[in-house]
Amino acid sequence: MTHKQPHPDPDMTTFEPKIVAYVCNWCTYLGADLAGTNRLEYPPNVRIIRLPCTGRIDFNLIVKAFETGADAVLVSGCHPGDCHYTSGNYHARRRWTLFRELLDTLGIEMDRIHFTWISAAEGRKWQQVITEITEKTRQMGPYLAYKRICRVS
Amino acid sequence: MARIGVFICWCGENISRHVDVEKLAEQCAHLPGVRCCLTYKYMCSEPGQNLIREKIREERLNGMVVASCSPHMHLKTFRKAAEAEGLNPYLVEMANIREHCSWVHHDVKAATAKAADLIRMAVAKVRRNHALSPIRVPLTKRALVIGGGVAGIQAALDIADAGHEVVLVEREPSIGGKMAGLSETFPTLDCSQCILTPRMVEVGQHPNIRLYTYSDVEAVEGYVGNFSVTIRKRARYVDISKCTGCGACWNACPNKKTPSEFDFGMGKRSAIYVPFPQAVPARPVIDANACTMLTKGKCGLCAKKCAAGAINFKDQDELITEKVGAIVVATGYKLWDIGKEQENAKLAGYGEYGYGTYKDVINSLQFERLVSASGPTGGELRRPSDGAVPKTVVFISCVGSRDNAKGMSYCSKICCMYNAKHTMLYKHKVHDGQAHVFYMDIRAGGKNYDEFVRRAIEQDGAQYHRGRVSKITEENGKLIVRGVDTLAGEPVTIEADLVVLATAMRPADGVETLAQKLNVGYDEYGFLSESHPKLRPVETNAAGVFVCGACQGPKDIPESVAQASAAAGKVQVMFSREEITREPEIASIDERMCAACFTCVRACPYNAIERAEIRDRAGRLIKRTARVNPGLCMGCGTCVAVCPSKSAELEGFTEQQVYAMVESLG
Repeated sequence: MTHKQPHPDPDMTTFEPKIVAYVCNWCTYLGADLAGTNRLEYPPNVRIIRLPCTGRIDFNLIVKAFETGADAVLVSGCHPGDCHYTSGNYHARRRWTLFRELLDTLGIEMDRIHFTWISAAEGRKWQQVITEITEKTRQMGPYLAYKRICRVS
Repeated sequence: MARIGVFICWCGENISRHVDVEKLAEQCAHLPGVRCCLTYKYMCSEPGQNLIREKIREERLNGMVVASCSPHMHLKTFRKAAEAEGLNPYLVEMANIREHCSWVHHDVKAATAKAADLIRMAVAKVRRNHALSPIRVPLTKRALVIGGGVAGIQAALDIADAGHEVVLVEREPSIGGKMAGLSETFPTLDCSQCILTPRMVEVGQHPNIRLYTYSDVEAVEGYVGNFSVTIRKRARYVDISKCTGCGACWNACPNKKTPSEFDFGMGKRSAIYVPFPQAVPARPVIDANACTMLTKGKCGLCAKKCAAGAINFKDQDELITEKVGAIVVATGYKLWDIGKEQENAKLAGYGEYGYGTYKDVINSLQFERLVSASGPTGGELRRPSDGAVPKTVVFISCVGSRDNAKGMSYCSKICCMYNAKHTMLYKHKVHDGQAHVFYMDIRAGGKNYDEFVRRAIEQDGAQYHRGRVSKITEENGKLIVRGVDTLAGEPVTIEADLVVLATAMRPADGVETLAQKLNVGYDEYGFLSESHPKLRPVETNAAGVFVCGACQGPKDIPESVAQASAAAGKVQVMFSREEITREPEIASIDERMCAACFTCVRACPYNAIERAEIRDRAGRLIKRTARVNPGLCMGCGTCVAVCPSKSAELEGFTEQQVYAMVESLG
């Protein structure tokens, strides 16, 4: 479904997903730069937060993003073996495997968290990933469930 | 109180076409902490920078955000401008409203809204930035060069000639590497040894070079400017300070049946040997597996003949520690041994060429020895099986290179050239012989390279067949080579006397282990990773470690030498200062908070965190804590994410900064 099609819920037609992307400085950030240099258009819903390495990404940051109203979160770094810091992305991957279940248990919708590898040469992949996530999140609608939890607590 | 300046760049029309810059400036002027907000056509230009400096002065700014292109493009530019005006450069942040906004979003309203968000995030961050100053670490002006091939020799000589001490470590008994064994070199056909051996002698005699042959790098500790390297000097059983290199020992040695490593098995050597007559050092070594004195305790003839009393059968490995400030890795390559059992089942597919089964199927380095004047046949080309002069020789290119199905995906780069060279050398030695080459493409990019290949074909009559060889069989002493010529569109069968395989170039054995010791990355084939393929071709992501030659990727002699000089140049740039300054955006541990679980110590990719103890004046232990070594930390932040007590912090990307950025979106 694209945003041009009418949605049964009238509020949803104006819904623009908010996506927070935690990316590493050396691969994915440069991949997004390359998408710009090549003028690859994609939906304007993503807000990049640049970190040195995916190894720096603490899972509290993901929770925090939802808390401040994000509808989806993307974590993206260098491909395995390509980490600027040798092994930071392996730590990120290991942590991801662990925390996935924990976040699932906490009731966070796992479909709203995305984890990819995008290299500095993959401007097109960045365009595709952002387009896909935006469309998917648009279909899922706003992450009201989390906002409700925040309000209660 | 925050006094932030926001500077929005039009970037000509690059940003202003899709972002309403003036409207954006109005919005941003009201962000908390923002003192002033300006726009300019080209913020990075001199008038643009002057505008920034003027505002820093007038408004006494204590932080600034430049909203323009990617920080990878101009963060340094704007930090320098700020520094020139007395504002700490680390109080400057950028909002990337070009690559991440105006260039990819063409709806002005949406793009302007996103740009406003990006600036808001940057302002929220910069308010929490700390003024930082570069870290200074002392510097040992000595270099370690690993590998004594042509690249290592060049790097060592360049650094030594610049007046710095060099420690050169070579695994083989002599320096010289692969080049010392080559016959003649393309595209000039000048004798390889004639060019190289004078350089080897220079290394051996250089007052600034300390040479360790028959030695390995055992361990590397420390960090840029201050490495401590442990070198294992393997037992040589010959005291090279006493030995005169007279040769009485190897002449006396009764065991002369060991295949010579230097000749790639094409010739034999004694158990006590120098790899080749021009070796540096020209001192022998005893092969402990071949020497009957060492295996069975019988013989000792060499010791009896040695007038200098240099033979020591009780010799032991020795561990030596050297302090260096920079490391150059030049470990080179090997040819893929397709005859051996492969570590990866996918790579087991070249059995149809019969290498290792048929004696007259050899690889290109073996052929080099057969045509070399210093080789086992004295330069007369005789095939290994029966010593006959081969009248028909088939050269096969791309054996394992450019082969995604069962080999390496990359091009080994030098084979097209040396195949042409081999056909010429062959023709010059066997005038009535015929050389055939099977190739996929001829890749002869380089000065005088294509002319050289044309010469092989046109003057020396080499027959080039564009196509692959499917099978080689042996019948009546002939090798039947079955292939195809795709240009003629027909199968080709050649009855050859000798087949030479240009097998893929691979990194030298053990390079992965070495790379792990040095924290240098490597690709799936084991080639070491440079820091940037274009702009930082000899640096690695481990500060103070440089690469050159074929350990970084297949390359020929001129390229290896050029890269070696480049690496040596980088080392000299480092050594031109009295101390090293490093980016201060690194980790630190709050030692009051640290629970001493040392999770960070295990997670740190650079071993930059150590276990420390805090003691009072009387020396009583107060607590244990983790502590970051600022010389080693590269600032990845892995420790921050793993720390359960939240006592690790990364400057430039602190918890406060990152949380503030996320919260500003709410």
